[in-house]
Amino acid sequence: MSHGTNGMNLLIKGADLTGSGRQDVLISDGVITEIGTLDPPAKSIDQTIEADGLIALPGLVDLHTHLREPGREDAETIASGSAAAAIGGFTAILAMANTNPVTDTAEAAERVLDLGRLAGLVDVQPVGAVTKGLAGEELAELGLMAHSRARVRVFSDDGKCVHDARVMRRALEYIRAFGGVVSQHAQDPMLADHNACCHEGELSGRLGLPGWPGVAEEVIVARDVMLARHTGSRVHIAHVSTAGSVEVIRWAKAQGISVTAEVTPHHLMLTTDLLSGYDPTFKVNPPLRPMEDVEMLRAALADGTIDAVATDHAPHARHEKEHTFINAAFGVLGLETALSVVADVMVGSGLLDWAGVAQVMSVHPARIAGLAGHGRPIAVGEPANLTLVDPAATVTVDREASLSLSRNNPWHGRRLTGAVHATVLHGQPTVLKGELA
Amino acid sequence: MKRHLLSMNDLDKQDILTILDTAESMHDVQRREVKKLPTLRGRTVVNLFFEDSTRTRSSFEIAGKWLSADMINISGKGSSTSKGESLRDTVRVVAAMGVDGFVIRHSASGAAQQVSQWVDAVVINAGDGLHEHPTQALLDAYTMRQRLGDLEGLHVAIVGDLTHSRVVRSNLICLKALGARVTVVAPPTLMPSGIDTWSKSEGFDTSYDLDAVLPTADAVMMLRVQRERMNGGFFPTEREYTVGYGLTRERLRSLQKHTVICHPGPMNRGLEITADAADAAQSLILDQVSAGVAVRMSVLYHLFAGEGSLA
Repeated sequence: MSHGTNGMNLLIKGADLTGSGRQDVLISDGVITEIGTLDPPAKSIDQTIEADGLIALPGLVDLHTHLREPGREDAETIASGSAAAAIGGFTAILAMANTNPVTDTAEAAERVLDLGRLAGLVDVQPVGAVTKGLAGEELAELGLMAHSRARVRVFSDDGKCVHDARVMRRALEYIRAFGGVVSQHAQDPMLADHNACCHEGELSGRLGLPGWPGVAEEVIVARDVMLARHTGSRVHIAHVSTAGSVEVIRWAKAQGISVTAEVTPHHLMLTTDLLSGYDPTFKVNPPLRPMEDVEMLRAALADGTIDAVATDHAPHARHEKEHTFINAAFGVLGLETALSVVADVMVGSGLLDWAGVAQVMSVHPARIAGLAGHGRPIAVGEPANLTLVDPAATVTVDREASLSLSRNNPWHGRRLTGAVHATVLHGQPTVLKGELA
Repeated sequence: MKRHLLSMNDLDKQDILTILDTAESMHDVQRREVKKLPTLRGRTVVNLFFEDSTRTRSSFEIAGKWLSADMINISGKGSSTSKGESLRDTVRVVAAMGVDGFVIRHSASGAAQQVSQWVDAVVINAGDGLHEHPTQALLDAYTMRQRLGDLEGLHVAIVGDLTHSRVVRSNLICLKALGARVTVVAPPTLMPSGIDTWSKSEGFDTSYDLDAVLPTADAVMMLRVQRERMNGGFFPTEREYTVGYGLTRERLRSLQKHTVICHPGPMNRGLEITADAADAAQSLILDQVSAGVAVRMSVLYHLFAGEGSLA
């Protein structure tokens, strides 16, 4: 399938372009060809989206998803994850490498790319493993992945930390040859081992759950920004969860170090006290933190210290969450609810305007991932990847309504204000009125 | 009284006193030649133990049998759980056989609470990970009360590996409800996370100095210290632990005459407690075991038979 040559003329009428004013947008062959008051339009129109009261954003980009294919197709497939992504307003998603087998070769990366194209609902960009089999010991074939058809630029052992400083140093040096970036899952395994599952504090003490102290994240963030400075390379911090990490990143950016960072919707809204009933629905890695951290993360996203929102969409088959808390799987769904959570937490509170949302959910993640066709301005000549948001819509999240194959939804039953109305991928609607087109 | 006993928080002061009073009647039964009461005839209670335990499992089993309940022991080890079956499936399968109650021991904190959401039967927590062990706290209170009377205003020192102890978490709740003043004593590495704010909000004291605490204690509860903890770097050597936090012969002499010594067992003689202390006249360690059966009879009685009169 080749994008942008579908010959279709799509008119979006009256959308507020990233909060800067209402315009009509004409899209032809996957490219924005006219913007203004197009009444009547110059061309014959195949399809019109009435966008009165809607905000148009550049198509959302997610730096961090787990699509589970290959290996756990009972929990998610590239097709089902793509559908959930489209519903969530995404036009590009990065698929993490911790599948079975791991995405640590060019062939594996190309297969993810091809399955994404086959589904055709969102651009699926594979992330390559940093180390073979995510074992943290030997570098994976980073160069071959970078030069494959998949053009891998983001490398991550996510789920595991690249904890050996020597391996991390070599990876950062090596990827300079092709402009790559390492997305680091910051968790010192000596300070937070595989059992660690509850923010270390009074609640973990009372519940008797193994603590996951913020410092286990912060020491890796601190080490890695220094390695980035030393190597002159680029590091990205996945799912930042603590105020201490924010302080380190803020300092590093002030020094001119090439560091970027993401925060998940759940770390922007949910807090550690949700664990008091031992419900594994709320078991994520890194764990939910106290409100003080949450407030710092929101402020850091607003002031640019944290560059992007990334979902860490982590589907699990139901039975993986029906063990004791310590034995249940880590992770929550995120693709379908991300925009609503950000709208509710960040726009609703006045911390971000819609132009700011466009930055943190599209422009910055596209730039970090090196995706040329995404995160672009809504302007004539630009690729037509767009998301239309109804800022006034109130949704009550229903986990049964999900297009994901999994149901580990921590937002179930919550009312959120702001919802995705339509998604346009390469000039074609993938979602209309909140449903697959 | 609430339907389940998952945490000491499920019991208010009156509930605790009711259970302890009933336990005294049960203790009398225990001393009879014929010990069987017909109270729970026809009730089936499953001892579902996912973790090794000798004393708690047999204590519940004897308690149930003396009340004429049908007690079934199921060991989680080697059952389908180790083959990857979810906990939910495991307990629902057993529940589907028509049992009235579960007594659950599990190495994972929160297990009993989760199970109570998955089955209709009554659930009693017989120890969940590092979280709680409510019947242990009840039998500790029972034993101390027998020797010392009302615990209101008494000073209880709890000493040892607090981080890895479910006994201390239940005891803090129980002793607070009964009006005792508690000081927990351990090296900083064996204090639970967040103990500073926790102790403030619950009104107990913390100390790193056992010798400063012992002279005013009315009861000293020594907790087991697992030798494996040294591998985690929690303390340097057994010798150093004993010097700092063991109930040694010298420390035994610093206790008041009436001060009692408890230990939930199993003991590491020579590490956290010397033989002199364990076997001293002030030691209630065997009384605790005896009280365990009576207290568990009382708990089973109140949760399964309701508030009717005793046989």
